[in-house]
Amino acid sequence: MADATKLSLNELKDAAKAIRRLIIQITTEAGSGHPSSSLSAVEVVTALYFGGYLRHNKANPRDPKRDRFILSKGHAVPVLYAALCQAGYYSFEQIMTLRKLGSPFEGHPNMKRLDTMEASTGSLGQGLSLGVGHALACRLDGLDAHTYVMMGDGEMGEGQVWEAIATAEKYKLSNLTAIVDQNGYQQTGATKDVLDLKPFASKFDAFGWHTQVIEGNSMEAVLEGLAKARAVTDRPTAIVSQTKKGFGILPILEPTGDLNYHGKPLSKELAEKALAHLA
Amino acid sequence: MTIGAAAGLKLGKACRDAFGTALKDLGDEFPNLVTVDGDVGNSTRTEVFAKAFPSRGFNVGIAESNMVGVAGGLAAAGKIPVVSSFAVFLLANAYDQIRMSVAYPGMNVKLVGSHAGISIGEDGASQMGIEDVALACSMPGIVVVVPADATSTRLATRAMLEHVGPVYLRCGRIEVPDIYTADSEFKIGKANTVRDGKDVTIIANGLMVGISLDAAAALAAQGVNARVIDMHTIKPIDEAAIIKAATETGRIVVAEEHLMAGGLGSVVAGVVARTKPVPMEFVNLGDRYAESGDPHGLLQKYGLTAEAVVAAVEKVRSR
Ligand SMILES: Cc1ncc(C[n+]2csc(CCOP(=O)(O)OP(=O)(O)O)c2C)c(N)n1
Ligand SMILES: [Mg+2]
Repeated sequence: MADATKLSLNELKDAAKAIRRLIIQITTEAGSGHPSSSLSAVEVVTALYFGGYLRHNKANPRDPKRDRFILSKGHAVPVLYAALCQAGYYSFEQIMTLRKLGSPFEGHPNMKRLDTMEASTGSLGQGLSLGVGHALACRLDGLDAHTYVMMGDGEMGEGQVWEAIATAEKYKLSNLTAIVDQNGYQQTGATKDVLDLKPFASKFDAFGWHTQVIEGNSMEAVLEGLAKARAVTDRPTAIVSQTKKGFGILPILEPTGDLNYHGKPLSKELAEKALAHLA
Repeated sequence: MTIGAAAGLKLGKACRDAFGTALKDLGDEFPNLVTVDGDVGNSTRTEVFAKAFPSRGFNVGIAESNMVGVAGGLAAAGKIPVVSSFAVFLLANAYDQIRMSVAYPGMNVKLVGSHAGISIGEDGASQMGIEDVALACSMPGIVVVVPADATSTRLATRAMLEHVGPVYLRCGRIEVPDIYTADSEFKIGKANTVRDGKDVTIIANGLMVGISLDAAAALAAQGVNARVIDMHTIKPIDEAAIIKAATETGRIVVAEEHLMAGGLGSVVAGVVARTKPVPMEFVNLGDRYAESGDPHGLLQKYGLTAEAVVAAVEKVRSR
């Protein structure tokens, strides 16, 4: 049976904290990876897995009746491994093998090696098209499964994303929700300096989507946004999730002078400070 | 074991670092040189140029197909755009744009792919360019260059800018041993014999040149005298060097950090079959994606080692 886990607000906040700790532990152990990109997405991923949204089935992760979460910004996969560990799919020891030779917990999601991964991503810009495919198939099969796709704000520069946005509207895919993790940074700097696509909301709106802008690091706001998205029955929903890259440990990152902190793990020292901060 | 150590070579800079520095150093000499990046200039190292010549460095964001189209336009207007990303995002994501905006019209665009091969390590297969050479070679008119060390990358960067027409330059992420010196010769389309020998020829490029030199050192200890050719240009291929090797050594092994399909091995095999058929063996990734892991562990696991080259030499000599 595909069932959703539904924790209380306080429990959700605790789970988010636990997930943040895991993200830091596994990336520091790996010695590479993208902790800051993972941290901005924690509230959304926690709310999806533990706030009653993703119906999943541990006995059969590919259960056709499941809801889907596609992490299009695949470099943030530590958030997903951490959430799945928190959900009891994997042990701490297992996810601590992140990025090591032989480990299925690769640097980017590999659906061939982990049946909990909905897509093999890592080349940005492709997840929403896959989500459209899932949503079309679920509708054809008469399943009420919902598909969520998370993208980065930098990732939105890829043309394919906008092709998928148009397609989803054409088929009025109310069983599809796109979440833009708008953390304000991409690899080489602030998104406003590299390629400023703001405002996202009016762009989605112009494409005919139902659109909401939420405070994406507030659990309350995320829960409300996801509830509203589920209530829409005539078109796809876009959630512009305004977050901070590295959220949860910003006081630790601030002194480094790098608030993007893209694609690098915390040193052992910084990790210890971050874990203490999250205790 | 460090690559090149068995051959007595010292570890030098990564090719991508040599490329970035060379671009900056050539900025004044080539006033039409501009860079076009897709949010990874700090990985490909074009940021070194872009910081020195800020008005001539363009970052279009994470949008590779657009990036290549923009480069096509810049070239049509007389600029020499160097457009770069991870090898796989450049060649695979923007393939049709390269085809239509660069190769087909013969635009003077320089395509540079960093993070080639499995030796990028922990990021895993989605970021590893293992098919980029095949893709680049599949487009008529594109010169394809895969340098082996920092110095030849520097020389290749100049040669690429001097050449009129599309070029693909492939760079690796990790440090590789120094093979050449500043006064070494580098000519597009002309292979370099980096070690002479008469019993067998190992034709390699990129990081496999250093590894092949290690293999040659091991073979020498067994009394086998291997010639090692750095076939840095895959297209146009140096047919004369291949025919000479086939004639003089009678056996050829080809080593590369790429899939078998469409890489150096298949190109050399085509020449050998047509001109001077001799037994051949191949050291490459075969037909599979790799995975996350440390670079050296991956090279070991996927058979890109001096031992694998030695085994291929033994096999080709037993045939
Ligand atoms: C097609 C493609 N181009 C480039 C990259 C390299 N890359 C990895 S992460 C990243 C920045 C992503 O920024 P954003 O989407 O905003 O995600 P964030 O890390 O901020 O969450 C880039 C350019 C990639 N993975 N795929
Ligand atoms: Mg971002």
